[in-house]
Amino acid sequence: MTRLALLGGIYSNYRALETALRQIEQRGADGIYCLGDLGAFGPYPDRVYPLLRSRGVECIQGNYDNSLAGGLADCQCGYTDPRDNYFARLSYAYTFENTSVENKAWLASLPMTRRLEVEGWRILLCHGSPRKLNEFLWESTSSDAFLEYLLRLADADIVAVTHTGIKWHRRLSAGRQFINVGVLGRPENNGLTHVVYAELSLERDAAKVEFVPVEYDFRALAADMAEEKLPPEFIETILTGWWTTCLEILPHKERAHGRF
Amino acid sequence: MKFPFAELVHLDNLWFQVTGTLCNLSCTHCFNRSGPQARSFGFLTLAQVQEELETAVRAGVKEIFFTGGEPFLHPQLPEMLELSLAVAPTTVLTNGMLISNRLADRMAEMERKARYSLEIRVSLDGWTEASNDALRGRGVFKQVLAAIERLCQRGLLPLVTVVRTWDEGEDQAALEGFGSVLKAAGYARPRIKLLPALPLGRELERSPQAGAESSLLSEEMLEGFDRDLLMCSNSRLVTDRGVWVCPLLVEIPAARLGARLQDAAPTYELKHPACMSCYHYGTICGNVSALIEGPAELKRP
Ligand code: SF4
Ligand SMILES: [Fe+2]
Repeated sequence: MTRLALLGGIYSNYRALETALRQIEQRGADGIYCLGDLGAFGPYPDRVYPLLRSRGVECIQGNYDNSLAGGLADCQCGYTDPRDNYFARLSYAYTFENTSVENKAWLASLPMTRRLEVEGWRILLCHGSPRKLNEFLWESTSSDAFLEYLLRLADADIVAVTHTGIKWHRRLSAGRQFINVGVLGRPENNGLTHVVYAELSLERDAAKVEFVPVEYDFRALAADMAEEKLPPEFIETILTGWWTTCLEILPHKERAHGRF
Repeated sequence: MKFPFAELVHLDNLWFQVTGTLCNLSCTHCFNRSGPQARSFGFLTLAQVQEELETAVRAGVKEIFFTGGEPFLHPQLPEMLELSLAVAPTTVLTNGMLISNRLADRMAEMERKARYSLEIRVSLDGWTEASNDALRGRGVFKQVLAAIERLCQRGLLPLVTVVRTWDEGEDQAALEGFGSVLKAAGYARPRIKLLPALPLGRELERSPQAGAESSLLSEEMLEGFDRDLLMCSNSRLVTDRGVWVCPLLVEIPAARLGARLQDAAPTYELKHPACMSCYHYGTICGNVSALIEGPAELKRP
């Protein structure tokens, strides 16, 4: 059996990343991958890079990384609401200023996708969707038919994505699977403070997905964020598990499940 | 003049013009001239909807939309929504006038049972009774706010769709106005989608300069432009008279691409002023509740 740890967006949450990497070490993994968006939202962006490099985490670029690497004017997050954009600009400016030139260059060196062949499974890792860096794939707006199409397009048996911030997993025809691995960066709008990553266990004739909760020191992260004068709205999300921003991109079901 | 072409890259969005353009209102800015007398299209049958849904599912469709006219004038709309929700996320665009308690119950029930999101897009075009009703008709404001309240009481969060009939600089004030009137009507966390007025239909008669000012698209303009933002590269519209390139051009006979989805032409020549609106504003018909382009410098909300 081969076991892969799939990490979603880290959003500068180096504390959750540290805890997750310790958990992964305890559980054992044959490979650790991160699907991009290393920066954003959280404090001290440069702190995630040494952690990722020392543990040999194989990363791909998210929209945020692509923007930072290319010196783009915005994060390509795909928001359209003025309030969402206000906060997106704020955290992009902070992250851009506080990411070193070396780390930006390292981001630029990362591939946009990764293909793996493990135990006969053809796997594609990408950030938003196989066809677009910043496409949002929510559970309630991704039809089975559409996911089957994306699997065909990707020429893969398993596709793993992140970008939305909320995890899900769908079994499709002929044993194929689609996974949104969630994110380590912030809780997923359910009133709980932990974050998650996905563990993919592969055998020749079976692929199993488990979402592993990561209980980290979120109070310390909130204190870091206050120290860096990041918006109180962001800190509230870390402390309560409810999103206070980026709400207008949520489809009906995901929005109705949250508090705001 | 040579116009650019748009090719259907993938059918992400399937639209049903379910009641043609028949409507119980006749708003002064309606882009497809819907109204009680509009008979250029008929109603789609449940069987037609089912057949095209099946074709679309085979093609890997992502989302389904029901529009009109007023879709709830169709007696079988709830059955259609259920059929659609069984295979894909589904949106209905309504003026809200026919949403009774019973209908709201039924939609809340189907939303609870569905794996996919049901989006109910309700139109409101002014945040005062006077400004809304001047566009949409007398008594509409009160009735629509009552409908929104009914939906909210049942845990549904309608997407309130607003056509911008003011200058872009006033967006912030307008959003605040809509926000407070919706909160007062019992919608605690209002979702608002702001749309540009389109140089089409009655809006063109209401403000003719919209058509005159807007030029036409050229091949050069589309160089380096993300064509995914144009609905014609990812959407089709089914009517009882055949398949149209997009919901905006339903009144344009040349925008008809074939009898049924499976034999509709894959490309369309972008030769209409409305194409310019798509070019400027991007996916205007999608669900993301949005301001079209956020002003560069925003006040802290
Ligand atoms: S109006 Fe928009 S979606 Fe329709 S054909 Fe023109 S560009 Fe395409
Ligand atoms: Fe992202």
